[in-house]
Amino acid sequence: MAKLSVEEVKHVAKLARLAITDEEAEKFATQLGAITDFANELQELDTTDVVPTTHVLPVHNVFREDIPAKGLDRDLMMKNVKEQQDGLVKVPPIIAQ
Amino acid sequence: MSLFDKTSAELQQALLNKEITIADLTKEAYARIDALDGEVGAFLALNKEAAEQEAAEKDQVPFEERGPLFGLPIGVKDNIVTEGIETTCASKILEGFNPIYSATVVEKLREAGMVTVGKVNMDEFAMGSANENSAIKKVHNPWDFDRAPGGSSGGSAAAVAAGEVPFTLGSDTGGSIRQPAAFCGVVGMKPTYGRVSRYGLVAFASSLDQIGPITRNVRDNALLLEAIAGVDEHDSTSANVEVPSYVDQLTGDIKGLKVAVPQEYLAEGVSEGVKAQVLAAIEKLKELGATVDTVSLPHSKYALAAYYIISSSEASSNLSRFDGIRYGFRAEADNLEDLYLQTRAQGFGDEVKRRIMLGTYSLSAGTYDAYYKKAQQVRTLIKQDFDKVFEEYDVIVGPTTPTTAFKLGENLDDPMTVYANDILTVPINLAGVPAISIPCGFDNNMPVGLQIIGKYFEEGTIYRVADAFEKATDFHNAKPQTWEVK
Repeated sequence: MAKLSVEEVKHVAKLARLAITDEEAEKFATQLGAITDFANELQELDTTDVVPTTHVLPVHNVFREDIPAKGLDRDLMMKNVKEQQDGLVKVPPIIAQ
Repeated sequence: MSLFDKTSAELQQALLNKEITIADLTKEAYARIDALDGEVGAFLALNKEAAEQEAAEKDQVPFEERGPLFGLPIGVKDNIVTEGIETTCASKILEGFNPIYSATVVEKLREAGMVTVGKVNMDEFAMGSANENSAIKKVHNPWDFDRAPGGSSGGSAAAVAAGEVPFTLGSDTGGSIRQPAAFCGVVGMKPTYGRVSRYGLVAFASSLDQIGPITRNVRDNALLLEAIAGVDEHDSTSANVEVPSYVDQLTGDIKGLKVAVPQEYLAEGVSEGVKAQVLAAIEKLKELGATVDTVSLPHSKYALAAYYIISSSEASSNLSRFDGIRYGFRAEADNLEDLYLQTRAQGFGDEVKRRIMLGTYSLSAGTYDAYYKKAQQVRTLIKQDFDKVFEEYDVIVGPTTPTTAFKLGENLDDPMTVYANDILTVPINLAGVPAISIPCGFDNNMPVGLQIIGKYFEEGTIYRVADAFEKATDFHNAKPQTWEVK
């Protein structure tokens, strides 16, 4: 697989919520193709029965005492919201009319 | 001459002798930033008013209440959130973002009494090896302004190399502290995964990211790591392992230390100039009483591919939070779906998009097993390589980068060539072990970095080796011509 197809790139961009032009899709198809080509060298390795590593150190659930504490102030949390109204985040229509 | 010629210990002595004040140190940082940063490009946001006020207040604190870093200026990488100081990750998508809390490391800097001078430049979302992916401006290597400072903590390394500040924090996902430290001739430590809290570090690849210190000498580096390390209730992956005194371990004595040199780290692809300096450094370690053997980390050649798949996959998930709704840039759109699509298309740069798409692709049904799962299995093999060598040896030593700093603009359209730069640093993140880069010579007038890799949570041993080398050599005292401000 020397190159991802333009359709594949457009599909991936859609999954990742990235608007993409035809020209960009062409460029990324070549670049991602080169990267996945390179990544294919991993297939040389026999990894039968090798356990995948998601974390290098043993990770386990960390518990704490359930003591009520004050959270962040709501007005403060709204500080970086671009559009808001009555303490709510405002967005354009979610469902097409 | 600059106040920042001095080490932190010398600065504390000068403060105690009333030769200087903390206000002078802060002033010196801003004066040098004023004079140099137009060309270096290391700083994104300055915290001048607050810092000067803090400095004046700190001058009133009695000496017996001060620690070894008290009053000293520091720059913080712009992917570490700082309450009250704009934090952008050098991305358009976080334009104008003002954090409402500070990262744990920033709180720890405050506890240590350090003065945060400002935020330093980086590759957008820490994705890059030349700092050319900053959406704000390029960083130039203080040793040669035409060359890259490395990345992604290019601003952190360049700011220290130019003497704008004596300390910075960087973050390292695949070499982002060590590679720029090597390119800029400074000391950069990537601690063990879990050693430093990641709370408030804008996540790139959560299973690989670590925050670490960049300084001009080993002792100062050890002091800063001591200040920021430790378990944190806000980060469940931070390790509940005691933080020892690293400075106490700087004995200068490495007699009998067992050093492993992986043959793969001096193989094809490593330039002759870099190889020569690193081999000379290894000779120096022998002179100091270490025993040195050649070993093999047989899966090294697969690390780069595994790294780019794993880190991009994690990034594609982590960066989904940037949707234009709650913070940062928001594109104009008539409906929510378009708002997401346009905000992300206009807000992210090309390298970030490439990685998000590579990650999304690797995690997709149909490719998951061949890419993501396979890369995680290879990660296991790489970790086992290190485990095996560390059964017999105390540290692993090699170059930090295959070459010295390359020219800016050289590899802009060729991501794979830039990625290849990380070949000697990414295996360390995949294994999660700690590693430092220290200056060990010059090749064509550009600094060469020596990488010293240690066992899990044995940063102290790394510092002991690095410090012994530093005491026996003079490379850390070399300064770029730009250091002298007229």
